[in-house]
Amino acid sequence: MLELLAAIRPDDQNFPLLLHIVGATVAFGAFLACAASLALARGETRLLRLGYFSLLLVGLPGFILMRLSAEWIYRKQGWDDLPAQIKQPAWLGIGFFVADVGAILFLVALVLGGIGVYQLRNGGGAVLLRITMASALVLAVAYAVAVWAMTGKPN
Amino acid sequence: MSFEDWIFAIHLLSAATLVGALVMSWILIVGLRSVETADTTLSFSRVIMVGTAAIWVGLVGAIGFGIWLAVLRDAFHVWDGWVIGAIVLWAIATAAIARSVREYRKSADKARELVVSGQTGPNAELTALNRTSTGLLLRALASAAIVLIVIDMIWKPGA
Repeated sequence: MLELLAAIRPDDQNFPLLLHIVGATVAFGAFLACAASLALARGETRLLRLGYFSLLLVGLPGFILMRLSAEWIYRKQGWDDLPAQIKQPAWLGIGFFVADVGAILFLVALVLGGIGVYQLRNGGGAVLLRITMASALVLAVAYAVAVWAMTGKPN
Repeated sequence: MSFEDWIFAIHLLSAATLVGALVMSWILIVGLRSVETADTTLSFSRVIMVGTAAIWVGLVGAIGFGIWLAVLRDAFHVWDGWVIGAIVLWAIATAAIARSVREYRKSADKARELVVSGQTGPNAELTALNRTSTGLLLRALASAAIVLIVIDMIWKPGA
């Protein structure tokens, strides 16, 4: 029954859904740009900087838009108002896990990457930027899993 | 999850890959506009190739699994107006991306030429190719078509 209700989407939920999709795909694109730029930079400072700043200037606004619009749809669909005996479906749990645990990893990547970019001036920062690259890759894979869970809605 | 659910999930994963790779390509082509040397252009070109490959995977997956889904589902058909609209927009986006990729390949080819001839400093012709307005406009056209597809898929006008 819950799956059936979730499948029927009133028109007033379309706009928050559009914002959610735009935010998530912008963040996903920034993770891909960050991981690919840092992985293929081969010491090219401009690409290393681009990789980090794509995470900060594109990924972060995308993440904020995705998370806020997710909350908007969550409330509009009444998931915050479920009776205590009814459990939330697994796909919602996966979405929240990826968004919220992913936010911690995202924050760590931003801080370490920021220090790494700063250290580039003295020829350092390679290890920190490698950690940032790995974090962006993990986030990209996690977002792909979230897309699968949100669309396939497994129980 | 039913077979149909899997096709739907793969269709949307392909669409997410397409939009994500397009965002990635925007980051790179905006960054490329300030590049003036052959070495840095080739470094950017390596990453742009990854983005381009992801765009093609997304384009092929989105249309292939999308049409398969339209055939599988009783609720809608390939000849529905909003589905035809999406296919037309997909064709526009694909053509614009193909032309845009060709435009950006010119700067990579020029950079290779410069490296072979030992010219490693800033080059005016290379800078102009990196700032191609044709490539940028075509990428903007493709992006607009893809945003319209997303809107069409969410609102499904006429469905």
